[in-house]
Amino acid sequence: MNIFGYAQQFFDAPGRWSGADGIPTRLLEHVQYSGLALLIAMVIALPVGLITGHTGRGGNALAVLATAARALPSFGLLVLLTILMGLGLTPVMVPLVALAVPPILVTTYEAMRSVDPSLVDAARGIGLPWWRILAQVELPVALPLILSGIRSGAIQIVSTATIAAYVSFGGLGRYIVDGLSQVDYAKVVGGAVLVASLALATLALFWGLGKLLVSPGVRRGR
Amino acid sequence: MSSGGFFEVPSDLQNSWWGLVGWQVELTLVPVLCGLVIALPIALLCRRFGWVYPPVLGVATVFYAIPSLAFFVFLIDYFGESSVTVGIPLTVYSLVVLVPAIVDGMRSVAEDTRAAAEAMGFGTLRRYVQVELPIAVPAVIAGLRVATVSSVSLVSVGMLIGNEGALGNLLSDALNYHRPLLAWDAVLSIAVIGVLLDALLVLARRLLTPWARKATAK
Repeated sequence: MNIFGYAQQFFDAPGRWSGADGIPTRLLEHVQYSGLALLIAMVIALPVGLITGHTGRGGNALAVLATAARALPSFGLLVLLTILMGLGLTPVMVPLVALAVPPILVTTYEAMRSVDPSLVDAARGIGLPWWRILAQVELPVALPLILSGIRSGAIQIVSTATIAAYVSFGGLGRYIVDGLSQVDYAKVVGGAVLVASLALATLALFWGLGKLLVSPGVRRGR
Repeated sequence: MSSGGFFEVPSDLQNSWWGLVGWQVELTLVPVLCGLVIALPIALLCRRFGWVYPPVLGVATVFYAIPSLAFFVFLIDYFGESSVTVGIPLTVYSLVVLVPAIVDGMRSVAEDTRAAAEAMGFGTLRRYVQVELPIAVPAVIAGLRVATVSSVSLVSVGMLIGNEGALGNLLSDALNYHRPLLAWDAVLSIAVIGVLLDALLVLARRLLTPWARKATAK
């Protein structure tokens, strides 16, 4: 049987669409973990990226920080924190947040740096204070790049939230981890298909957000 | 259970600490190198025929969205629980990072430089390989750094599919025997390997682009 056959078998199984181990519940759990982790990562990374990008200082420090955070193995961090702190949401959140902070931080910094300096000069020339230059001039122009940073962070979180199931959390990873230990290959493939679909849906969501949020003038210029 | 120092690996893993480190580096570097070898011709093609680039970028983004664990699982059916199954997704992820890095790097070459190469009688291919690619080295290395460092940490997920995770295999023992030291060992060793490989790539960039240092020294 090929993977399509396995996937078919998974989605056709009785009770798959309801209950505590049903697809809607697992999907909702997955979206909740991912959303919370992305929110925390954005709250940490966006202000720092915007301010350092605006002032143009600290770029090297950010790059070193980002490399260090990238080098931390998410899966290892999850297991380590679970052993140290016991089962809980924190051991799941820390690796996910650490995963999304580097792309958001670095891309936001780069996006702010790539704003045409003559625009900022003009804004300063007409007497705008620094926070209005940041919010009304630099941010709208840098937004497409910033969104792409948040997007790659979000996709990595959605993909990686799968491993939360290894430390007995819910989410779509449940099917993969349970399926692997029960040697139920259809379950494993079904879980994998669901996670991949959710990641693609995230991609589509950010494409839509870009259309919605990026000013038409900026979009035309690109 | 308190037996064993930091570098002592439980006997059920049938490997020494250095063995696991070597395995980890191998599982990281082989896919990244394969990714580079495949990325170069694709990037050259995208550079030569501009219309190829947007669809390639689209397909790459979709591939990058496939979770590593899901990707591993899809491949078990074809390659079993083996290092090939771990290597293929890592190769694809590297590819996805490297193709845009190479193409954007080559595109950023100054018009004057390109015109000079043409005036010297360089053909298109020769201009790509001998002029644009060397100038794009910093961008390519930047891509390699991202690909390498994320591969190092992704390898450990291979533990979930039949203990193919090198240092990541320490993690299952850490949980099963409740030995935090093993988890520390895995996390710190992997992070240090990542940082060291990253530093090697920075060194390679300095060796490959001697002109960059001269320009900043002035």
